[in-house]
Amino acid sequence: MQFWVIQTLNSFSLGALLFLLSSGFALIFGLMRVVNLMHGSLFMIGAYVAAVAMHKGTGLAMAAVIAAVTTAVVGGVIERLILRRLAGNAQGQVLATLGLSFIAADFCLIVWGGDPIPIETPAMFQASMKFLGFSFPTYRVVVVAIAVIVGGLLYLLLERTRLGAMIRASVDDMQMARAVGIPASALFTIVFCLGALLAGLGGAIGGPIFSAYPGLDADMLPLALIVVILGGVGSLVGTFVSSFIIGFLYTFGTALLPDLAYVILFLPMVVVIAFRPTGLFGTIKT
Amino acid sequence: MTIDRRQFLQGTTAAGLSASFSGMGFAQGSSEPIRLGLLTVKTGPLASGGIDMERGLMMYMAERGGMLAGRKVEVIVADTGGVPATARTKTQELVERNKVHVLTGPLAAFEALAIDDYIRSQKIPTLSVAAAEDMTQRKQNPWFVRATSTSSQCAHVLADYCYKVLKYKRIIVVADDIAYGHEMNAGFQRVFEDLGGKIIQKIFPPLTAPDYGSFIAQLKTDADAVFLGFAGSNGFRFIRQFNEYGLKGKMAIVGGMTAIDESVLRNMGDEALGIITTCWYSAELGNPINAKFAPKYRKEFGYDPGFYAAATYVNGAVLEAALNAVKGNVANKEAFMAALRKTNTMTARGPVTFDDYGNVVGSVYIRRVERTDGRLVNSVVQTYPNISQFWNYDPKQFLANPVYSRDWPPAKNLL
Amino acid sequence: MKRLAPILLLVILATVPWFAGEYYVNLGSQIMIAAIFAASLNLLVGYGGLTSLGHATYLGLSAYISAWLALRMGLGHGVTAPAALILTTLIGAAFGWISLRASGLGFLMLTLALSQIVWGLGYRWVALTNGDNGLSGLTRPAPFGISLEDSNAYYWFVLIIAALTLYVIARLVKSPFGASLRGTRDQERRMSSLGFNVWMIRWVTFVIASFMGAVAGLLYIYFHKYIHPSVMSTTVSAEALLSVIAGGAGTLGGPLVGATLVMLLKNYVSAYVEHWNMLLGAVFLFIVIVLPNGLVPGIGAFLQRIRGGQK
Repeated sequence: MQFWVIQTLNSFSLGALLFLLSSGFALIFGLMRVVNLMHGSLFMIGAYVAAVAMHKGTGLAMAAVIAAVTTAVVGGVIERLILRRLAGNAQGQVLATLGLSFIAADFCLIVWGGDPIPIETPAMFQASMKFLGFSFPTYRVVVVAIAVIVGGLLYLLLERTRLGAMIRASVDDMQMARAVGIPASALFTIVFCLGALLAGLGGAIGGPIFSAYPGLDADMLPLALIVVILGGVGSLVGTFVSSFIIGFLYTFGTALLPDLAYVILFLPMVVVIAFRPTGLFGTIKT
Repeated sequence: MTIDRRQFLQGTTAAGLSASFSGMGFAQGSSEPIRLGLLTVKTGPLASGGIDMERGLMMYMAERGGMLAGRKVEVIVADTGGVPATARTKTQELVERNKVHVLTGPLAAFEALAIDDYIRSQKIPTLSVAAAEDMTQRKQNPWFVRATSTSSQCAHVLADYCYKVLKYKRIIVVADDIAYGHEMNAGFQRVFEDLGGKIIQKIFPPLTAPDYGSFIAQLKTDADAVFLGFAGSNGFRFIRQFNEYGLKGKMAIVGGMTAIDESVLRNMGDEALGIITTCWYSAELGNPINAKFAPKYRKEFGYDPGFYAAATYVNGAVLEAALNAVKGNVANKEAFMAALRKTNTMTARGPVTFDDYGNVVGSVYIRRVERTDGRLVNSVVQTYPNISQFWNYDPKQFLANPVYSRDWPPAKNLL
Repeated sequence: MKRLAPILLLVILATVPWFAGEYYVNLGSQIMIAAIFAASLNLLVGYGGLTSLGHATYLGLSAYISAWLALRMGLGHGVTAPAALILTTLIGAAFGWISLRASGLGFLMLTLALSQIVWGLGYRWVALTNGDNGLSGLTRPAPFGISLEDSNAYYWFVLIIAALTLYVIARLVKSPFGASLRGTRDQERRMSSLGFNVWMIRWVTFVIASFMGAVAGLLYIYFHKYIHPSVMSTTVSAEALLSVIAGGAGTLGGPLVGATLVMLLKNYVSAYVEHWNMLLGAVFLFIVIVLPNGLVPGIGAFLQRIRGGQK
């Protein structure tokens, strides 16, 4: 009984972190069709920046804000200087974003060394909470709450604001959107910054659980890809739901069938794509 | 301290070129330096240990003015990235291009296995750091000498301590799902169960598991202790999460060689206090050599030396002893190798000799994390002298069994 | 002149063992193996327009199958080599069928997913693959009784196979099949409406690419005489993909140049530059900004401009 309850809670918290990680990727790919292979690196940079900020004395909330702003700026610079020139050149985008991820990974290694840097759980969440008689880290529940809030805010942004309307229009039909006067170019930069911001935020929030360490980018990127593809491109709801599906699959899979860990992680995605190329909720054929 | 590899490399390439142009083998005479290749990992997830390996070795050389046995020694550092194919390529580079006489490293077990046959065919004496068991057991490599430990050598000792001193009867094992973790677990399990204890659960999380939550949730609650067979920083992450799930104090934690290495300890806090681990080294060792080495290392780099820094520092001492024995003549490879294997010297870890298979026979320490001078250290609480890779088992019988793995020895008490 | 260039290159490469040291000869072998692998991927990526992140699977599978048959069944190279090639190609056919259910990013993800599944199995199915310890104790074949243990001999062996493989790829690309392949890359719907079976063309290309990847796998394991699951990792697939794109996808020389660049940086420059990863990333960025179609097309265009556009 304890096993099932704790693993369920774990699944939710992993799913929450995956959503924070993947929502940015989904936005960027949904709008710009850019496969941002640097997304894991942005997550990692967010974690490192948060660690540094906390060492200087700020709390996690402030550190997360600083991290998110940092990665947003980094994203903006990359979009304007590099990705802009590669519009339509998918292979060039792969080369550029992978090249950037190499540079980012080595940069983090040079600056922060090879050891993982722990990020302290905020003091008010350090005590574990009792749930049905078992202990569970409070912070992981907080993470779920944060993901839901962020998801809600994103939903409001997309559905209720003018910016959101512009984004949705451009995702559905870029040419018509341009014809109607939507500034696609500025929109791209904004969305890329937003996507990068979400990645950095995810890295900071996930910091107390994962720590900041070299290799975090490579560990996270495949998960983001799986979530977005499974959930379907062009659908925020899809990303949200599939984050938790993957969270459950991974948690229970590694617990019950550890030898088949990778199979469990990837097989559902393979099955879904093979039979439904738009993903579970997607509206766009990839 | 940054090491200017270009200087070393330019020097050695010049030396190498002149050696090959001279048309002979390695030139004799004290003007020609001895070339020592260091195979380490400076990029990627294993980088932290690899950087320590370089620092330990360079410190040893610097203390001696770069001279051993009256000859100049040039160190060439190669970064294998922790990838077996690259380890092999870099070994070839060191041997064929830099014309090294002797190698130290590599760091990881699979790297050692990748270069095994190349070392044999090229006959390059190698002072290994990697813990791959069979390299000094069933697939013994005559050019290998290992002054650190096999994966299970220290685990045997810890099992003995757990049963006899700590009086634990039921233990859960959690180890990285790699050969190193499997071998450590197997050694621990074997000795512990032979003494009468029970291993009631074995969990092997993947090496790069980002999160241990789902594994911690599987832990049975009626064990006396959890044995951690982790490498790198996984042990420290596991312990943090272990405490977060409210398990602190419910079960004791004991760890293998690298679960709470000094390099990881510096980032930990009070949650580490009291944890018992085993290793062939501790920065707190009181022998005269270490009494100078550890504080000096701490002063220069800001943290205590651990497994990796000590490994190459100890290798330096072994190398020096062997070089003294052959009076610096490395051209006679067989004699040099024999001298390496016959080494009997004091090092920062204590006395070092080698068994017939090239693996060290030395002291293994049980350590407990304590706070001294405001920092966390691995204090030595017990010393087991003269421990070989076979523990108290007969070597021939030991080798007749299959190699330690995930499934051998078979677990009889899993519930 | 254009026809002479490859032959000239072949001759020059053949003479390398006579003036370069053993280290450089071995480096040359490795570069050529990487070039074959990149060229096989280029069929998919460059000529087919199908970006795959799972090509390392075929390199690894062929290596492992040949190793397993040799070590566990005691079979000789005459059997293990064809068996490895055939089995790997069959698996490639199956994986191709699955992956081609999608295109674009979906295809990429499927190739990645299948590759990760095989990689994971390589680590966990210890009974078969010896897991993290890898398989060692392997030998090189001795075709017609000539031993390949010597570095020079192996170098020439790889050179011959590389030349043959690249020749076959060149003929394939210039054939009607190659033309229709490029057609499906550029104008999928038009090809379809013209009556071409787009799916079949792509699938056949996938099978051929996996076969050649398997060839590279055999050469790889004969060279190293050791195999470890990391060879099937995404990193290896990504490196090959980067070699192809940086060199120039869709050109014959592109993957060769790209593979040479990546291997040199990884193995040679890494001895001088500690942060060679960063340098590699910077080089890729440079290429993508200055020569967005890759080195070979970019330099070709540059040379044409110098010549003032004369032809």
